[in-house]
Amino acid sequence: MRGWRNALIALACWGAAAAVHPVLAVQPDEVLSDATLEARARGLSRELRCMVCQNQSIDDSDAPLARDLRLLVRERLTKGDTDAQVQDFLVARYGAFVLLKPPFEWYTALLWLTPAAALLAGAIAMFLAVRRRRAGVAGPAPLSAEEERQLGEMMDKSS
Amino acid sequence: MIEEIGHYALVLALALALIQSTIPLIGARTRDGALMAVAEPVAIAQFGFVAIAFAALVSCYVTSDFSVKNVFENSHSAMPLIYKFTSTWGNHEGSMLLWVLILTLFGALVAVFGNNIPASLKATVLAVQAWVAAAFFLFILVTSNPFWRLEPAPFEGQDLNPVLQDIGLAIHPPMLYFGYVGFSISFSFAIAALIEGRIDAAWARWVRPWLLVAWMSLTLGIAMGSYWAYYELGWGGWWFWDPVENASLMPWLVGTALLHSAAVMEKREALKIWTLLLAILTFSLSLIGTFLVRSGVLTSVHAFASDPMRGVFILAILVTFIGGGLALFAWRAPLLRQGGLFAPVSREGALVFNNLFLTAACATVFVGTLYPLALEALTGEKISVGPPFFNATFGPLFAALLIALPFGPLLAWKRGDLAGVAQRLSGAFVVALIGVAATFVVEGRPLLAPFGIGLALFVIAGAVTDIVERTGLLRAPLMSVVRRAAGLRRSAWGTAFAHLGLGITLLGIVGETQWNAERIVSVKPGERIAVRNYDFTFDGTTDRNGPNFKEVAATFTVRRHGDVIGVMTPTKRTFGSRGTTTTESALMARGFSQLYISLGDINPDGSAAVRLYYKPLVLLIWLGCIVMVIGGGLSLSDRRLRVGAPKPARIKPTMVPAE
Repeated sequence: MRGWRNALIALACWGAAAAVHPVLAVQPDEVLSDATLEARARGLSRELRCMVCQNQSIDDSDAPLARDLRLLVRERLTKGDTDAQVQDFLVARYGAFVLLKPPFEWYTALLWLTPAAALLAGAIAMFLAVRRRRAGVAGPAPLSAEEERQLGEMMDKSS
Repeated sequence: MIEEIGHYALVLALALALIQSTIPLIGARTRDGALMAVAEPVAIAQFGFVAIAFAALVSCYVTSDFSVKNVFENSHSAMPLIYKFTSTWGNHEGSMLLWVLILTLFGALVAVFGNNIPASLKATVLAVQAWVAAAFFLFILVTSNPFWRLEPAPFEGQDLNPVLQDIGLAIHPPMLYFGYVGFSISFSFAIAALIEGRIDAAWARWVRPWLLVAWMSLTLGIAMGSYWAYYELGWGGWWFWDPVENASLMPWLVGTALLHSAAVMEKREALKIWTLLLAILTFSLSLIGTFLVRSGVLTSVHAFASDPMRGVFILAILVTFIGGGLALFAWRAPLLRQGGLFAPVSREGALVFNNLFLTAACATVFVGTLYPLALEALTGEKISVGPPFFNATFGPLFAALLIALPFGPLLAWKRGDLAGVAQRLSGAFVVALIGVAATFVVEGRPLLAPFGIGLALFVIAGAVTDIVERTGLLRAPLMSVVRRAAGLRRSAWGTAFAHLGLGITLLGIVGETQWNAERIVSVKPGERIAVRNYDFTFDGTTDRNGPNFKEVAATFTVRRHGDVIGVMTPTKRTFGSRGTTTTESALMARGFSQLYISLGDINPDGSAAVRLYYKPLVLLIWLGCIVMVIGGGLSLSDRRLRVGAPKPARIKPTMVPAE
């Protein structure tokens, strides 16, 4: 049990070190000779997560796993896969965790809808506040029949 | 002995904080002037004791006293003096001590300079400030004591993480903390206003200088962190949407909203309750930022679990202050009197728009940062939320904000004339359209670049239009323009500069992301590589020795059209004590653009793996931030804020305690 925990901590520390450990991510020997394919590979790499790192794309990471994934992406691309096919292949293999832009699913709906929901909530709150204020400034409510009668009595008395 | 004095001073500071958090409050409730007056000397003394504690820790670091566990773990006798000094806050315990140092400094400054604040409000503000201080003193003494001793004392320290041995990262945390902690003042003022049950335009005027100082520091701190990442991490990125970065961006977004809504409140007495809520939220996000970075919950849930005491303690602090603050708000805010009215199209309306989009952007960053943690904890589902998500959501929100930005300052208070403002902005429209057309003709298809350039130019030209309109340039005779420019309020200049800076930053972002050129190659000595119009000749490598590292330096001669324009020497350092390596990339500025070389592995045959970049307009990203800070400084020097308000020049000498 303790060994397991220590291993986890070691892994976490290594991840942290990898996050700040600055070396070249993409190595010269990985670069494809076909410039268009290479550009597509780089674009894809930026959207894929290095799974052993802390929030790094495989394009930025120097971890061995990231290198393996970069080579894999290039291998699929040279074989004629489209970008979407490469992504699907990696998701099938590693799960949605590999995508830095999570897919829109029921469990990410809240995430994706946050910007719109926040704007909408703010706009509604503003609208309500304005309406309430308008009502507030419109002046006091007209007198009821009873109040009119009382007022009339007072006026009569004073005259 | 010194460390015991420091430890003792910290305990005394806690005792004083407990006094300050109760006595003045009782005084304010019972209208007892003598009890209220306790706050001022105690706040100043409290800062004095924390300064003693901090100075004691600094002295342990500077003299490499490895009998202190904290020094042993984070320092080394061979380190240059400057890094021995800065490693004082390059670790958890020391950085928390710095946090309370700045917190008590702000408290003392309120005590000294807040002469124009009514006695009961001032006493309550200082009491609330002391609640925060007391919580953090307890946190430090119980879970993160920097003065813990080792017996027997080790002979040598374990060294500071080499990545942190850099001047950029030495100054970055204090700047960031000045920002985070500076927002505690507006928080204390908000809580005090809720307790007092009274709030008016004067409140905003008292809070504004503190708000500006905090906002300027945070802006500078974020910019500095970004520049550090750019040159130190070696792949030329300047923003990664990393949770740690997001933690500092969130208070900045809401703090910026707060700065704007406080302006409305000061001028028009409107948005009072909303401003209070923003003040509470801004400091809450600062606390969450501290928590996210310090608890280790981001590194992994396991790191958090490995040291639960700290995490749970910070969580308790968060719940107390955020929950307590919001609960107090929910209870007391409805009792406050509402302020002035305004039409939707007006300066106030524009600032509400600003607030809406800034808070929505903040909500997006907040949810994006914490969603993976929450989802995994609740369902076990693992997802990643990275830069592509933030670019796709945060980007459009900010674009909408920037389109509206130039309209704001030109609209009149209360009721504005949108068509008239659009007409006055026609010059800015023309500039933006020329930018779009020129970019489109040169670059062609990806529409993002022309749009980005157009937007940046619109914001810049809008800021210039603002000043042109206010001074009557182009319309009035020169002498009257000069007179009007001299008579213009500093805060108006501040607004224009801050907006100008934002436009400049955007220009840099668009330039760097859209036209960045990169080569990743393996080069042999004598070989030439071309990037854009520049030729790099690799002349070979040399080995050098630094004070506590060894480095390999590669020399590149840079030519443009055949003429030598300079030599660049990227290096790779190996730090003996930890065996870690860092890359020191070589930078050469070409106007606002930069050439960038970062060195990878050296092969046995003498060839080197290198990354070479041409980064167009990249310096504008940080230059824009500096212009924003200058805008903040101009606002701070405004006549209305000067009376009894701290000037930045007075704060600076006290920033770094003597030692």
